[in-house]
Amino acid sequence: MPVVLADATRDESSLRRFLRGLPGVDQVGVEQRAAGLATRSVKQDAKRWAIDTAIGMVDLTTLEGADTAGSVRALCAKAVRPDPQRPDTPHVAAVCVYPDLAATAVEALAGTGVAVASVATAFPSGRSSRSVKLADTALAVDSGATEVDMVIDRGAFLEGRYGDVYDEIVAVKALCAAAQNTVHLKVILETGELATYDNVRRASWLALLAGGDVIKTSTGKISPAATLPVAHVMLQAVRDFHEATGEPRGVKVAGGIRTTKDAIRYLVAVKEVAGERWLTPSLFRFGASSLLNDLLLQRRAKQDGHYSSPVYLPE
Amino acid sequence: MFDYAPAPENPDIARVKQHYQPFINGEFTDGGGEPLKTLNPATGEVLAEVSTVSSSDVDNAVSAAREAFERVWSPMPGTERAKYVFRLARLIQERARELAVLESLDNGKPIKESRDTDIPTAAAHFFYHAGWADKLGYAGLGRDPKPLGVAGQVIPWNFPLLMLAWKIAPALATGNTVVLKPAETTPLTALVFAEICQQAELPPGVVNIVPGGGDVGQTLVSHPGVDKVAFTGSTEVGKQIQRQLAGSRTRLTLELGGKAANIVFDDAAIDQAIEGIVNGIFFNQGHVCCAGSRLLVRESVVDEVLTKLRARVETLRIGDPLDKNTDIGAINSAEQLAKIRELVASGEGEGASRWTSPCPVPERGFFFAPTVFSDVESSMRIAREEIFGPVLSVQTFRTLDEAVTMANTTPYGLSAGVWTEKGSRILWLTSRLRAGVVWANTFNRFDPAAPFGGYKESGFGREGGRSGLAAYLQGDDDD
Repeated sequence: MPVVLADATRDESSLRRFLRGLPGVDQVGVEQRAAGLATRSVKQDAKRWAIDTAIGMVDLTTLEGADTAGSVRALCAKAVRPDPQRPDTPHVAAVCVYPDLAATAVEALAGTGVAVASVATAFPSGRSSRSVKLADTALAVDSGATEVDMVIDRGAFLEGRYGDVYDEIVAVKALCAAAQNTVHLKVILETGELATYDNVRRASWLALLAGGDVIKTSTGKISPAATLPVAHVMLQAVRDFHEATGEPRGVKVAGGIRTTKDAIRYLVAVKEVAGERWLTPSLFRFGASSLLNDLLLQRRAKQDGHYSSPVYLPE
Repeated sequence: MFDYAPAPENPDIARVKQHYQPFINGEFTDGGGEPLKTLNPATGEVLAEVSTVSSSDVDNAVSAAREAFERVWSPMPGTERAKYVFRLARLIQERARELAVLESLDNGKPIKESRDTDIPTAAAHFFYHAGWADKLGYAGLGRDPKPLGVAGQVIPWNFPLLMLAWKIAPALATGNTVVLKPAETTPLTALVFAEICQQAELPPGVVNIVPGGGDVGQTLVSHPGVDKVAFTGSTEVGKQIQRQLAGSRTRLTLELGGKAANIVFDDAAIDQAIEGIVNGIFFNQGHVCCAGSRLLVRESVVDEVLTKLRARVETLRIGDPLDKNTDIGAINSAEQLAKIRELVASGEGEGASRWTSPCPVPERGFFFAPTVFSDVESSMRIAREEIFGPVLSVQTFRTLDEAVTMANTTPYGLSAGVWTEKGSRILWLTSRLRAGVVWANTFNRFDPAAPFGGYKESGFGREGGRSGLAAYLQGDDDD
């Protein structure tokens, strides 16, 4: 890591200085740019490519108190064969579950190429002790999950205790690094609670400096979840981080993305804000559940020249 | 990878006719001038033939406007005039798609700009001024301000319909009648607007459109029957008009060239500043009188700004103006393209460092890839002269005073931009920058309620807002 960035994490006050010294984000400007880019018209081959790419970037998610081993297995089957009547449909990137169901998903997905992601660290609020959060992470990793979606302590962040947030991410990252498999760490910023775009930028850099492989917008449990302008700010962060360090890190947008049109708008932002190299499942993900079926319907419509009924798709 | 497939708007929507006619006294009739051919700058092919007017046609148009002024338009109560202007606004909205496609075909600007900026803003100007028509006594210009009479208006080719709206909407709302000459290379939307006037059943003679070249403009502005001249165009022609009208009673407003400074401080929101720089100079191919053509960057962030700027400019898509994903369309004419090339060559000759986006440029038609010059000195032609194309000059400054001096060192004074997160600095600068418009943390934003106009050789008089009404009304000092 370059000296400037290594210095940034030396102690609490250096970290604060670095994060406070990041260039501001102009709210009007970033929203205008996001709205402008959302008017891109993606048609024909470009749309076909975008739909298949988006399917391959979905983290198919179920995070309900009512989840059962059976419902997770059904979801895993869908993840592997999203449209059973069209075997050429790509599989999704991962299935995302609570840690106690991670083992079930790992078993169901063994050998399929679909990863298992588990939320951890007292998801979604992050309101527990450090030891409970680490135990939660350990459960996910020991169950064989290869991706961990942690939440940051927003309370600490908003109070300005950046060091605490940093240390917690570092500790979770250490657990991931110690695992037998390679475990990727996604850091959920819960941007809907961060109040300003400046904070989104600071939290993004904080997570990247602490070793997060992916920065993720939201838990999906509060509104607003992912928005295009927030995604712009986070894509700028990974682009600038890559510029500074040479390390590519990813972005995951989650919550509220339900239609193919929405998904394509995000892909356009990825292409034009971060760059084409980010258009791959290892560097960009959609956290979603209902999005997948809309992508599949649009995919069918492109192939058949007309829309088909959703009854042909598994729930 | 993710290459956008072509997404062209259908040119048939523009309903281009083979032949267009001048609009005088409520009727379309062939004029006595030599017909002109207007080109599609994206292909270089002829789009349509337009009949132009002779000086006797201008006479007819001016007397029709005079008659309409005296008999119908100025005696009409403001509440009634407002209805007509509202109707024009709504008809522009109804025919927005047709107008947008036609504008892009005739002018070369990308459809996303004609669709999202030109046409909606033109309609907004009619809506805004319609609201004033019956409230002129409350504009702070006297209890019952009177119109001037017949306005002779000459507009440029960069925003054909929008400039028409800036001219015609305030004139009509205040009770004046108009004779308007659209630019030689972009007359079509003005003539469709004439159709809209018929559709709105506007009384004959209130609006007259007289297509033609510079000679027609000359005849119109020096016509003894004209009470008010409004001109938007080059400083050179503006000076000629002012000389011509010196000593006459004809009122004059001029909106001329510019060489705006866009000033970026080290504490700016850099990513949005980059957007603003791009929007400032590459919007409408840089064919914007208030374009931010001189970028002044604080020296401590110039490397970061230039790196990010180049990366951003590389994503701009140059090509078919009708493609919805085109960011930069065609240069309006071969003549303008030659002027841009000449000035760019002078920049290279004078030692500035040129960087041009490697984006693919269409082989047919008039196109120029976005270009950024760094190592620019204030004495170079590219820093002094209006290029009116997608070419940016970058200079650096250290102190605030230096920034102000550099920004003001130009005969022009139309607009300026300031990028900083520090509000006090914005206020300090706005009182020192000699420019009619100063944008703070944004650029090229237009609103009918905001007066627009220049200092120094960028002209005088304001368009938009209350000040814009004053340009079409007799003040207390008029007898």
